[in-house]
Amino acid sequence: MSFVDDRAVITGVGQSQIGRRIGRTGIDLALEAAERAVAHAGLSFDDIDGVASYPGPVNAEGGFVGATTHDVRDAFGLKTRWHVSGVETSGQAGTLLDAAAAVATGRATHVLCFRSVWEATAQASGRAAALTDKSTRAGGHSEFRLPFGAASPANWIGMYAQRYMHEFGLTRDQVGKLVINARRNAGLNPDAIYRDPMTMDDYLGARLVSWPLGLYDCDVPCDGATAIIVSRKEAAAGLANTPLHIEAAGSALYQRHTWDQRTDLTTMAAHDVAAEMWAATSLSPKDVDFATLYDGFSYLCTQWIEALGFCEHGKVGQFLDNDDYYRLEGELPINPHGGQLSAGRLHGYGFLHEACVQLWGEAGDRQIPKDVEIAAVGIGGGPEAGCMLLRREA
Amino acid sequence: MSTSAGRILPEVTAESRDFWTGGFDNELRIYRCRSCSGWFHPPVGACWRCRSRDVGPEVVSGRATVAAFTVNHHPWFPAFPPPYVIAAVELDEQPDVRLTTCLVDVDVDKVEVGMQVEVVFDEQDDVALPFFRPVTA
Repeated sequence: MSFVDDRAVITGVGQSQIGRRIGRTGIDLALEAAERAVAHAGLSFDDIDGVASYPGPVNAEGGFVGATTHDVRDAFGLKTRWHVSGVETSGQAGTLLDAAAAVATGRATHVLCFRSVWEATAQASGRAAALTDKSTRAGGHSEFRLPFGAASPANWIGMYAQRYMHEFGLTRDQVGKLVINARRNAGLNPDAIYRDPMTMDDYLGARLVSWPLGLYDCDVPCDGATAIIVSRKEAAAGLANTPLHIEAAGSALYQRHTWDQRTDLTTMAAHDVAAEMWAATSLSPKDVDFATLYDGFSYLCTQWIEALGFCEHGKVGQFLDNDDYYRLEGELPINPHGGQLSAGRLHGYGFLHEACVQLWGEAGDRQIPKDVEIAAVGIGGGPEAGCMLLRREA
Repeated sequence: MSTSAGRILPEVTAESRDFWTGGFDNELRIYRCRSCSGWFHPPVGACWRCRSRDVGPEVVSGRATVAAFTVNHHPWFPAFPPPYVIAAVELDEQPDVRLTTCLVDVDVDKVEVGMQVEVVFDEQDDVALPFFRPVTA
């Protein structure tokens, strides 16, 4: 049993130039990533008949929306049978799961899925106006947070982290081991933003943002785009790469979409999607060879670790103590590319890209030394979450 | 202008008007379901528990318990000089109903989960923001 009856596979991936303030637009980066992914799959743009992206044309400043689905399909003159974008979905890769369903049901054959950001360049050019420069009042999901000074996800996620630490004794030193591991891996990734080694003193000594979160618990805005090709399985034969199967996926949300009303503040939507995913497969956490887990904030990565069953609920501190276990050479390498903490906020798609290149053995210096066939991918934080198990045929 | 005081004020809606203006009468008003008697927040025209549409604002005690907090150190707003405490507080009337709020009149190093707090309103323009402070009595 596999997701959408194993009718959808991943056939290629591509990333644009990635960096800080590289002076290119989000559309330009998206087009470059798309060209590379299509070529990597062994396809041409004439083969692409579907496009999916996140988040679509939402009202956001500061380079958050690098390119929309329409931007890319129009730029290349694509003739599509199916296209979509959306932000009300199961994490940043939610519409990629929709693309898998679209090819499985015959609505498309090869779908170009992408996420593009140019936050570093856009914010340097003054597009991120100060919060209080906005002439409007806080509405929608901001209405009940901004008036209290709760401006940033660092505030909302800081509260979750504080409660978990209070409940289970997780410490900043333990989380620091995860952050330092990401930095060590990033040193092997030529596209990573931060590659210099980090010590525990560096981590603990950095300025606080919203206690218990410090500067290095927060990811780094960057410019870059990632594209992934999802194909109907029958159409993948003879292409450039061994198809990657979506063994199982999770998109469940069993509580309200909220940052402060979840019944148990020591869990997140990650727990909902992980439970759904494991119920859909005969595989179990011990079958996973490595994991790429969203770390827009370090605490989110710790939530994915326990949500996906790599440790018991409440025991992630003990899991983190043993950093030999999740280093590149360990039993369960986590974020071989350095995650968003060190490799840059490619916003979810970077984790999928890394899972694919590792499974294909194309990760260069940071290639996991053991043979890898099964990857767990967890994307999102708070009420936003989606996950999948990717499998390469041995 | 809503931002003249270095802060962002809420966009008051038909559903949220009582929440944002009750403080002018020294009342914290939270939506409650008249079918199942459950409280909920933010205010909206249906009860998420029983799906009744017979809902509306009622006055609560203003007493609550800190469920989680963070000490913010970044200067997001001139009106909120760091460090300051943002907390999720649970209403005495129904602990699984939480408000995200700002704690005032508090030592930022002394906040803890379980701390008893009470509402104190900060009047700004046409709204009275429900902040919370430690219960002293």
